[in-house]
Amino acid sequence: MYAACLGVMVFILYASNVSSSPYVDVPLLNCNCPPGFKLTEDNTCIARNLYDQYAVRNLAGVGGLKSALPKIRDGFSPQEIDLGRYLFFDPVLSGDGTISCASCHDPKKGFSDGLATSIGIDGHKAKRAAPTLWNVGYLKKLFWDGRSTNLEDQMEGPLFSEEEMGNTPENLLSSLNGIENYRKLFAEAFPDRNSNAKISLDEIYTAIAAFEASLISLNSKYDQYAHGYHDALNQKEIEGLNIFRSFVARCAECHTPPLFTNQQFAVIGTPEPDGLPLDPGAEVPFKDKSLRGAFKVPSLRNIEKTAPYMHSGRFKTLRETVQFYTNGRGHAVPEGEDLLIHWHIWEPNLTDYELDRLVDFLKTLTDETFTPQVPDKVPSGLEISF
Amino acid sequence: MKKTFLKILGVVFFLAVGMFLGKHFFGVKSVETVPMPSTIKYRNVGISSDTTQVAQSQEFNGQIIEVKNGSSIQDAVKKANPGDLIRVFPGTYSENVYIDKDDISLQGVVINGEWPTLDGNKEINDAFLYSGNGILIENFKIINYKGNGVMGQAGNNFVIRNNWIIDTGVYGIFPQYGKNGLIEHNVLSEIEDAAIYVGMCDNVDVLHNEVFDNVAGIEIENSRHCLVENNYAHMNTGGILAFVTPGLPIKTTFDVIIRNNFVVNNNHANFGAPGSTVAGIPAGTGILIMAADDVIVENNIITGNNNTGITIVDLANGMPRANDPNSEGNPDRVVILDNIMYDNGNEPTGEIKAIMLTKLENKGPDIFAFGGGTGSTIRDKNKYRTFGIDDYGIAQITDTKDIPTMMTPGPVPPRSVSEQELGEMTYYGVCAGCHAFGTRLIGPPTEILQAIHNNNPQGIVDYINNPKNLREDYPEMPPQDYLSDEAKMAVAEYILALKE
Repeated sequence: MYAACLGVMVFILYASNVSSSPYVDVPLLNCNCPPGFKLTEDNTCIARNLYDQYAVRNLAGVGGLKSALPKIRDGFSPQEIDLGRYLFFDPVLSGDGTISCASCHDPKKGFSDGLATSIGIDGHKAKRAAPTLWNVGYLKKLFWDGRSTNLEDQMEGPLFSEEEMGNTPENLLSSLNGIENYRKLFAEAFPDRNSNAKISLDEIYTAIAAFEASLISLNSKYDQYAHGYHDALNQKEIEGLNIFRSFVARCAECHTPPLFTNQQFAVIGTPEPDGLPLDPGAEVPFKDKSLRGAFKVPSLRNIEKTAPYMHSGRFKTLRETVQFYTNGRGHAVPEGEDLLIHWHIWEPNLTDYELDRLVDFLKTLTDETFTPQVPDKVPSGLEISF
Repeated sequence: MKKTFLKILGVVFFLAVGMFLGKHFFGVKSVETVPMPSTIKYRNVGISSDTTQVAQSQEFNGQIIEVKNGSSIQDAVKKANPGDLIRVFPGTYSENVYIDKDDISLQGVVINGEWPTLDGNKEINDAFLYSGNGILIENFKIINYKGNGVMGQAGNNFVIRNNWIIDTGVYGIFPQYGKNGLIEHNVLSEIEDAAIYVGMCDNVDVLHNEVFDNVAGIEIENSRHCLVENNYAHMNTGGILAFVTPGLPIKTTFDVIIRNNFVVNNNHANFGAPGSTVAGIPAGTGILIMAADDVIVENNIITGNNNTGITIVDLANGMPRANDPNSEGNPDRVVILDNIMYDNGNEPTGEIKAIMLTKLENKGPDIFAFGGGTGSTIRDKNKYRTFGIDDYGIAQITDTKDIPTMMTPGPVPPRSVSEQELGEMTYYGVCAGCHAFGTRLIGPPTEILQAIHNNNPQGIVDYINNPKNLREDYPEMPPQDYLSDEAKMAVAEYILALKE
């Protein structure tokens, strides 16, 4: 197996007697870790980056420029990660074979989809925007309303939602087990089980989680500044950084470096798109009125790439988004709603100049150098379209 | 006894001689006499015990950079290297000074009563913002900012002292996410939230400060191991506060000593911003303990606070609307030792007034406890007018004299990373985007780098700084000159040593 890692990709041709799937050649799974990860002797990938230089002061991994990150989900094997990559881009995961994870989490669009709210199977319009997946391996809460605590749980949501990928566990298993390419790849990625065993749901979840957790973006211009190269940001961007972290704008209080999220809930009272009722957010899964209108603080990494903004995409540009925060506490809360607006939402009276600088700064958080490769072909043989 | 008396006489004599000589020979005061910061070790030997070596983790070995009126403090910070001292002379400096470097000392020089003054004109957000470790800020007058006088973000080993801070917006002095710090001898007033706010920190001493005419005087929030001692907190809405704010990433406050403070007449009308935590503090609050654990209140003089002397409350009652299942909301194991308390509760307000009326009392108590919490104790329950402490047992300790400080015994060391580790982090964290062993990614495989630069790490460093395309079949590498010199050499050696 390791011999294959040394050389070029080895293609295997499958016998044409596979009945349920079309003939397609698929490379063996990559046995190198993706960038940002070191391969250990027991064939797992461990995250390594320049933030490892800093002492762990608080396990939450929040603070200033030179703060350690919180713990990441790592320790997957390169093969699990690479299998996850194929699954991620393969529309066979949806009920009708038209939608893959990448349909709403497109690497060319910051692992989001450029839409205010995503579109699922049969043109169903979802209620919320697709969040980026960059650095998702560090997050302890998933979904806008934080109802899931790990990636494996989370993905059951879109996979089996009638409005998103429209699949069922039974159908997913039967379609993957019907594809010999996948049977071989799963056997390779999970070598500890009988190679003839059927693909299980847990294996599918593990592989996709492994891939998602490998999406690392920590080499932006901001990061260069944070690590001590102060020429990385120009004067306007530094002014933006100082506005961002000042206690007037207070952006950094919730969008805490280095992940640019403190991973807490916040009720900030953004408006919904015209005509839509208030999204109750975390109130519903947590059955807690104090969380009405609360959403997880999203990371701002690669935020430049993921317009439109907020949970239902109300704001088209970063400039509109930062403007929201200076328009007054609770200014967009619908009449009759009594939301527990976060204490950091106040009236900072930011000037137009300051808002422009904030946008300048937010654009320094862009880094897509570790974007994974989209497979040329996916094991199902279906067309990759997203 | 006689000896001591003679000693004192001697000192007075020399002082007088010194003053006489000084007046004659130095008609114009010479700034050369301004002492170095005593955190700098070689100046620190044998000085009074409330100085500390906390700020600098290394010997003072740097330059002294002087800033005079009309020039910029930030320009000096840009020039400064770790270990340097920036001395700022009297004048008005309207700027936001940010310090993203370690071990920088900023020292105002006060001459003839003239202070170096940072004036935000109510237009600039913060006077000092620092993220570095080992930052010292002393002897500044800071006025009219919108956000903070001094704000720290994740800087450890800080010293903030001898500053005079008036109306700097939301907070006066606000270290956040810092470990091991000292805030002493500052005077702060007219702050619309907390004058001194220790937020999500550990091991901080707050000593000898005067805070007045603020909404909150001193606030220990979601922080652990803090000592608040010998401060004069008067005419704030609330004097000294130790509490948990839910919804923050750091969830606890515990191990706090509030000792030897003057907490007097904290009856200022609340002018906190709507929605802020402190906007809910009733005027007349001396000390507030909300959801914080293991807080010891000892030897304070707590008088003339019109609502209560000490309020101890849980989150369910103190901040009934907020909710965070990960924040434990009860104040547990509060210890009240000897304090002087009288004349509190003259004009109780709101809920406390209503609750006291149920007891046919129209005065607020010295000590008011309400809501959950277990294990709290008091040394002499009978001494004070109290409400809600029937279940308090007798304190198991009589004093805290064995705890002179909450700061760590030495500076918090930076994480020590070996050259090999730094090389590994840089290789996988940066280079691996384009280079891998045995595989062509964007750049040549790592084994080809090894072959080109065999035994020559400097060759790799030179290439990192100034790439020149060696191979037609690969795109040119962008310079990676943002890496530190140590990281460049470390990664060069790591690449050369790497085996498949």
